Order: sequence, then C-alpha cells, then structure tokens
Amino acid sequence: MHEISVIQSAMEIAVESAKAQGAQQIHRVNMRVGALAGVVPDSLQFAFPIVAKGTIAEGATLEIEFVPAQCHCASCNSDFEPKDFFYACPNCGALTVDLLHGKELELAYLEVS
Amino acid sequence: MGGEMQKSKGRVQRSEARGQRADIGDGADTIGQRAEAEQRRIVINQGVLSKNDQLAQGNRALFRSKHLLTLNIVSSPGSGKTAFIERTLTDVKGRLRGGVVVGDLATDNDAQRIARSGAPAIQITTGDTCHLDAEMVAEATAKLDLDALDVLIIENVGNLVCPSSYDLGEDLRIVLLSVTEGEDKPLKYPTMFKTADVVIVNKMDIAGAAGFDRETALSNIHRMVPRAAVFEVSARTGQGMAAWYSFLEQRAAGRM
Repeated sequence: MHEISVIQSAMEIAVESAKAQGAQQIHRVNMRVGALAGVVPDSLQFAFPIVAKGTIAEGATLEIEFVPAQCHCASCNSDFEPKDFFYACPNCGALTVDLLHGKELELAYLEVS
Repeated sequence: MGGEMQKSKGRVQRSEARGQRADIGDGADTIGQRAEAEQRRIVINQGVLSKNDQLAQGNRALFRSKHLLTLNIVSSPGSGKTAFIERTLTDVKGRLRGGVVVGDLATDNDAQRIARSGAPAIQITTGDTCHLDAEMVAEATAKLDLDALDVLIIENVGNLVCPSSYDLGEDLRIVLLSVTEGEDKPLKYPTMFKTADVVIVNKMDIAGAAGFDRETALSNIHRMVPRAAVFEVSARTGQGMAAWYSFLEQRAAGRM
C-alpha cells in the first residue's frame, strides 16, 4: 500500500506545475499507470481525494489510463502483448523481460483554470 | 459538477428571494460557460516517482565514485534477509568490507544482529512506510564511512510489492524467497520478480520437510525472470553460500 505516497508525489508535481502556470484550481488530473507499475488503480482513486483535500486540487477528478504490458522479443525482433506474466513470445517462444510498455507511472496532464 | 450545482442553486435562490429578471440567470450561465472555456490543459508527462529516481541516480553516482558494489535486498517478512546478510558478511570478512543499511517499520533489532558480524550497520525505521526510498538511503549512508567499504548492502523493508517501484541507486536487486513460501511465489509477485538481477532461494536445509518442489520453483523463477542468477542456499547451515560469494566477489572486483 504505497499508493498514498505515489499520490502525494503526483500531487506535489501537479500543484507545483499548476501554480507555476498561474492556475487557481485543478479540475482534472490524468495519470498513466502500467500493468507492471506495482500500484492498484482503485487504491490510487481511494487515496486521491484524501491527499487533494485542502489543496488547489480539492474536488478534482483523477483519471487513470491503464497501459497494458507490451514486450519486445530480441530473438525474432517482434513486439507482442504478453498473455500472462511469463512474457513468452507467441511467434518464437523465447522468454523476455524486455518491456516496451507497462511500467508507466506518470502524470500525463492537468486541466486547470 | 459541484460548482454547477451551487451556481444553479444560487440562481434559483436569487430569483425566488428577489424576483429578479430572468436575464440574471442567463448572465450566470454565461459566466459559467466562460469559466468552462477558461479551463485549460497543462501537459506534464513526468514520472510520478521522478524525484526519487533523480535522488537514486545521485546515490548511484556517489556509490560508484567510491567503487562500491551496492545491493538492494528485498523479500517477504521472515524469508531470512537478515540471516543471509549476517552470514555473508561474516564469511567474506577479510576479502570484502561490507556495510549495511537496514529498513524496518520499527525496532533496531536487525541492525544489532548484523553488527555482530563486525560490519557497520545503520538502521532506518520507516514508521508506517512500507518501503525504503532513495532519500532515506542517502541520509543513512551519510552515516557510513563509504571509503572504507567494498560492498554496501541495503536490506529493504520486508514486502514484495511496494519496494519494487523505488530505485535506491543499487547495482543489483536481489530478491530472496524461502522454501516455506511455496513454489508459486514468483507467480504471485511478478512486478518484484521481474526486476530481480539475482534470486536467492533460502532455507534449502528444510526443503524436504517443507515439501518444497524444487524443479517447479526453479522453472517458475526462470520463466518469470530469465536473466537472473539463481542461488539455492541455507543462510543457517551455509549450504550453497560459496557460489554466492564467488558471484559477489566477482561483481565487487568489477567495481574496484
């Protein structure tokens, strides 16, 4: 359960960026969360209003874009979406840990006024 | 949404109370529409843990400048991280100088245990935080004489979930599991096992009693993280530890 600290970090960046651009209020926070980011989107949603309380993001909506895992197979040089956590290439069967997508834990954009 | 409701409520109240003309309501709508139009987008596209990542890079640069090999050891509570570190530092004494930073929610029991090996140990008590972060490690390592060390071992908080997201500035991430935890442990914690450079299977001395299915466990580890070096050991009896020491010494020599 480190979703509270993740949201705290996101909120620091959000509030700092919004204030730097002269915004008074944050209405929407959009995050990209990968399948392998190690955080639970529901827990982020739970933590968000608690952390936002008393900041310029109070009352804002948290929007989470889920990013599925995507791998690169170095053996046959193809990209694929793994069907389980074993990342076996459906083309040649080689195992890989080479992730192109899925580790994202990013603050994408804000909507402010 | 909340603002919209307040606005319309205010409008109704005003017209009821003072019977004002309808165009006041229209005026409020215009203001509302303008506020909507004034909403703008700020594109950020920044990693949420980027501050930690930067601090971790700072740690990494410092540790490398001191020719240190840095290990981040993670496991579930009770897998034997502390025993493994204690044994390692006792057995490699004279060949490698080790220092330890150990994280727990509370108590300095682990630092005291590790100190018995003669290695300097700094305890970090995280309170209710479930992982170490790069800042905690920077503060703790400032209390160690890094010039007098070859290997820096960071014992993370016992947890196979949260520490996976936090880079501490380590060279190698070592995931430890013990035979009592089941062969499917790597399948249950993919995010952590996927990041392992080394996997240690501990408590091999009781594998028989625990009904540990070694073949399945090794196959699961390999399929989950094919690049990891795997060592089957018992930190208590010393079984299998020699192969780990050769690996460690070889990696440490690469830093000198």
